[in-house]
Amino acid sequence: MKDLLAALRKDLLLQWRGRAQVIAIFGFGAAALLLFSFAIGPDSAALRQHAAGFLWLGLLLASTLALAESFEREMEEQALEGLLLLPASARGLYYGKALANWAHLALLGVAFVPVMVVLYDAGTLRLLSLLWVILLGTAGLSAPGTLYAAMTSQIRGRQTLLPLLLFPLVVPVLLAAVKATSLLILGDPMGQLRSWTTLLAAFGVIHWAIGGLLFGRVVED
Amino acid sequence: MSRMIAVAAAGICRRYGRRWALTDVSFEIPEGALVMLTGRNGSGKSTLLRVLATAIRADRGTVRVLGHDVRVDRDQARRNIALLGHRTHLYEPLTALENLAVRARFLGADPSRAALLPRLEEVGLGDRADDPVQAFSAGMRQRLALASVLQQQARVVLLDEPYGHLDPPGFLFVDDLLRLLRQGGATVLMATHLLNRARNLCDRGLVLEAGRLAYAGPAAQIPEPVLADGAGFAEGA
Repeated sequence: MKDLLAALRKDLLLQWRGRAQVIAIFGFGAAALLLFSFAIGPDSAALRQHAAGFLWLGLLLASTLALAESFEREMEEQALEGLLLLPASARGLYYGKALANWAHLALLGVAFVPVMVVLYDAGTLRLLSLLWVILLGTAGLSAPGTLYAAMTSQIRGRQTLLPLLLFPLVVPVLLAAVKATSLLILGDPMGQLRSWTTLLAAFGVIHWAIGGLLFGRVVED
Repeated sequence: MSRMIAVAAAGICRRYGRRWALTDVSFEIPEGALVMLTGRNGSGKSTLLRVLATAIRADRGTVRVLGHDVRVDRDQARRNIALLGHRTHLYEPLTALENLAVRARFLGADPSRAALLPRLEEVGLGDRADDPVQAFSAGMRQRLALASVLQQQARVVLLDEPYGHLDPPGFLFVDDLLRLLRQGGATVLMATHLLNRARNLCDRGLVLEAGRLAYAGPAAQIPEPVLADGAGFAEGA
């Protein structure tokens, strides 16, 4: 727990120092949302229909940049290796970074909501439920994303490899998050929201458990 | 009375792809010894230090640090080893003080400014404590990396080119640091090309040639061919 808290504090501090990059990643995601709206055209019903899917696609694309960036600082001077040699627990380092990445992605998700409302005219009054779905969905992205970002961080061509490895793995999370968000925007007459959020939570638990088990093998020689 | 063995390497082999960087390297270093490690570029010095520090694994052979087998009891070995490598292990966007504080939290030490500032003053960076590392020169980074090594208070200290990037006062600082470590009872293995300087400071020497141990014995008796071709020339202050 000591190592987890130390790692979380360190990663949040690094993110704060790199906040210009956080803003740039938000700009990239917002631009993606704008381009998606161009693809649909001025049909407001269709825009609203696809809003949830576009929100999560924008978040997924932005997340690959954010996740890769989170390991950039670790690799510049092999700082992560320095911590492992102290020795710091690999599991503590993983959960600290995954939690910091989760906070970053959740913040991005929340920041994309007003963009979605403006571009797609797709809002909801169930803001707490939407926040809950964003938290669960981004948890499902950050846990495997942190693991794969660590795996690809030392490889040439990591910018391509990270999405290639990550996207297939997070398809179930993405589907559940899109469905749950869509139910919030378009209405939920059959009361399906709970089952989709439960599914999201289940994926999250599995990803977080596996990530913690595998991270040591990924970062140690 | 014979001293306890601090580092014992037996038959270490390590390869990168198809090239063997270390072949059957065996030696022992008694506790409290100050040992120089030398050899030409690419002879395997850094690889050997990284194997001893558990940063990378040996493909064959065993390493024991203060009696702990680094394969079996890696964390216990790591608690006793500090490594200054070619890469500084620092976070570039963080300040000097924040870098030490990050490590202090993992070490369970006091991360407060009052506790860490003396460490920075010790390496001549007291007035740059709040500057980000990315604004530092290579020599200042090296000083900060040395401060983080000292912070560990390890019993076995592995230094890879500790004089690298330093100015003449920095050379003297490293000389003093080595004497200080020795007085504190630490075992030091230092890779360096500054042969004359190291021979005056160290009591034992190891020479690597193409990944094989070519010499192990008193530092003062390191064979002359190693000193040829101007090696050890221009060693600063």
